[in-house]
Amino acid sequence: MTTSPSPLFSVPDVEASIEVNDVHKRFGPTVALDGLSFTVSPGQVTGFVGPNGAGKSTTMRVILGLDAVDEGSALVSGRPYRSLRHPLHHVGSLLDAAALEPSRTGRNHLLWLAHSQGMTARRVDEMIEQTGLQTAARRKAGGYSLGMRQRLGLAAALLGDPPVLMLDEPFNGLDPEGIVWMRGLLRSLAAEGRAVLVSSHLMSELQDTATHLVVIGRGRLVAATSVVDLIAAASGDRITLRTTARSDAMTVLAHAGATVAATGRDTVTVSGLGSERVVSLLGESAVPFHEVSAHHATLEEAYMELTRDEVEFRASAGGGMR
Amino acid sequence: MTSGTITPYRSQLPAGRDGFAQLLRAEWTKFRSVRSWIVGLAVAGLVTVLLGLLSVAGSHTSCGGSPGGPAPASACTPPLGPGGEAVSDGFFFVHQPLDGDGSITVRVTSLTGRESELEPWAKAGLIIKESTTQGSAYAAVMITGDHGVRMQYDYTHDTAGGTGAVSEGSPRWLRLTRSGGTLTGYESADGTHWTEVGTARLTGLASTVQAGLFVASPDHEEYDQSLGASKTTGGPTQATAEFDHVALKGDWPSGTWSGEDSRGGDSGRQTSVEAFQETGGTFTVSGSGNIAPALAAGGNTVEMSLVGAFAGLIAVIVVATMFVTAEYRRGLIRTTFAASPRRGRVLAAKAIVIGGVTFVAGLAASALAFSLVGRIRRDHGDVVLPVSSLTELRVVVGTAALLAVAAVIALAVGTVLRRSAGAVAAVIVLVVLPYILAVASVLPVGPGQWLLRITPAAAFAVQQSLPEYQQVGNAYTPANGYFPLAPWTGFAVLCVWTTFALALAVFLLNRRDA
Repeated sequence: MTTSPSPLFSVPDVEASIEVNDVHKRFGPTVALDGLSFTVSPGQVTGFVGPNGAGKSTTMRVILGLDAVDEGSALVSGRPYRSLRHPLHHVGSLLDAAALEPSRTGRNHLLWLAHSQGMTARRVDEMIEQTGLQTAARRKAGGYSLGMRQRLGLAAALLGDPPVLMLDEPFNGLDPEGIVWMRGLLRSLAAEGRAVLVSSHLMSELQDTATHLVVIGRGRLVAATSVVDLIAAASGDRITLRTTARSDAMTVLAHAGATVAATGRDTVTVSGLGSERVVSLLGESAVPFHEVSAHHATLEEAYMELTRDEVEFRASAGGGMR
Repeated sequence: MTSGTITPYRSQLPAGRDGFAQLLRAEWTKFRSVRSWIVGLAVAGLVTVLLGLLSVAGSHTSCGGSPGGPAPASACTPPLGPGGEAVSDGFFFVHQPLDGDGSITVRVTSLTGRESELEPWAKAGLIIKESTTQGSAYAAVMITGDHGVRMQYDYTHDTAGGTGAVSEGSPRWLRLTRSGGTLTGYESADGTHWTEVGTARLTGLASTVQAGLFVASPDHEEYDQSLGASKTTGGPTQATAEFDHVALKGDWPSGTWSGEDSRGGDSGRQTSVEAFQETGGTFTVSGSGNIAPALAAGGNTVEMSLVGAFAGLIAVIVVATMFVTAEYRRGLIRTTFAASPRRGRVLAAKAIVIGGVTFVAGLAASALAFSLVGRIRRDHGDVVLPVSSLTELRVVVGTAALLAVAAVIALAVGTVLRRSAGAVAAVIVLVVLPYILAVASVLPVGPGQWLLRITPAAAFAVQQSLPEYQQVGNAYTPANGYFPLAPWTGFAVLCVWTTFALALAVFLLNRRDA
């Protein structure tokens, strides 16, 4: 985005982005981030995924200036976080929904944050309404369910109406209704032109929400891609065939040079042949079938394929990483 | 990137002010929204007041009344000197009136104690006193037991003259002259060559004054402080002096000497006939008591009402430490630094908030304890040595300031250690423990005083209302309410510690990952 000729991007204050450039970070002998680079652009939900211990939370702390980098840089809207004058107007973040003083009410938690940025209680009450915390806001946060804490954390992140949002595992603890609400909210925030980075260790949570993915493992970038491209790559040219004569179909298609695999009592996955060729071959051989469709990998499958190496490494090495 | 057509979000929210005032407001909102912290400060105040009340609840006046009956209230209240301070004004006075200007000269040939025990601050010499009323203005030149010739006036003032004791082989000549309001003391070894010892200017001195010879011998005190207990033993003493070559100048209308104990008849001490004898121009005078400022002893000071401050301080330390360590414990510190990345400013805001809140609570508590306990003690008829309003103000405000600065050091240590229990323990060991060890006489006097010089507990010196008088022999120990450092110097020791703790905290805050 930094090279875009659009005049909009020449004004640093409206450049809604996160740039991580070759960041190295160690904790004692443990390498947490090992030359990580990626960019988060406005107008989309970017999923930030990787196995537990891949360095997602460390990356977010580095972006927020909480942890210092050993090498490299992390910029928010083109500037280091610690140089921002009203940080909550630039980046809203939710690192740990449990990070609350239990005897302080949710409303007072938002209030001190608002005061720190020169905002008033009116803004706090707007956020309470937007996140559906009206009934809980004046109760002590110690009694909140994890879902309510996530909502409070989101309210805190949205307090400054920031163009950049960064949320660490926001789906944790939400009930199904809450998950639907969170997905809708994240999509609409991105649609407003905000850059939204959402970390998760469960790819399925990001399905239908994230349009881009940053996949990391062992502190390094594994992939930075759009979800569409990732699924297409994972799906390959496979075709799913539903037939009552499974073995006949497999025989015919294998003779024609396709790779076939039975994936169910009446389903066969075919690769190496186009769907039209499959239809005509089966018609010639009078093999009955009732559906031929292009195979669609789930985001989960695509992700598993992508990180298989990482997981294998971790299983064999047996070592943990921060 | 495929988002070229996306218009990045631009907030319609008006930008708030980003100043230190906003940070202060945020930290104040944090503080006031945790009820246990408010309660903790209230407890600190309450404990301070209650311990003060407790300290006087059981106290009953004992002020040397005659055995078997309570002493009259007047005997319990020490006389006040011209400066408003409580004084001892009891000695043997051989006097006659002097009209206008004049002088008296005398030779002192001996000063001895009973059973050859002479108090170092036993006094014999010449005195010109406004009246025989206790606490009236005076000036005196005298020979002492161990401290040579002194010129003293109005109880608190003391100037040293020549050294050396008096004996028949080396008598000492003394002269005291009055010229208007100026009184000058002289000494001489031979009655010919005179040296000025000192001058006193007593404004408003009456035209007719009482002048003559005096002898005083303060109570003997053996101070013994061993582990856990201190005790003072001793009692009244007597000294006897011989004077001759009495020479008077000026208008001495009565022409006869009368001798009496300056405490008068109802003091409980018998005026001894033998105390004053004149044979052929030689006066033998025996006296006991002292003419000097009164001393703190047995909790007769105004600061006794604030004796609970150390307990209140413990509650303050807990609250102030939690103000930051609770954020570390919950991970909330990251939210704080994400909202305000300039960490030194955050700590400064926290320090001002916790210091300010503690000061206000501490001031309310110490003012309440001071007035409440003061009233109860007045009602009881307890002896409380009065001090100036300015000193009272310093004691009350100083106690609040001590609590406030201790809160800030607790905050700083909490930031450094990031753990509640460790930080609270460290600050209590640093600030409260030395005070208790020294004041409760757990330690011998030397180490106790040493602790009150170098540890932050030195700040408790702001509570000391009465100064130390080097011309009054006394055990000036922490147990008796005397601190080794001057009030504001002791307070400054705490401030220096706090500054270093804050500097270390800021350094670590900027160096460490949050």
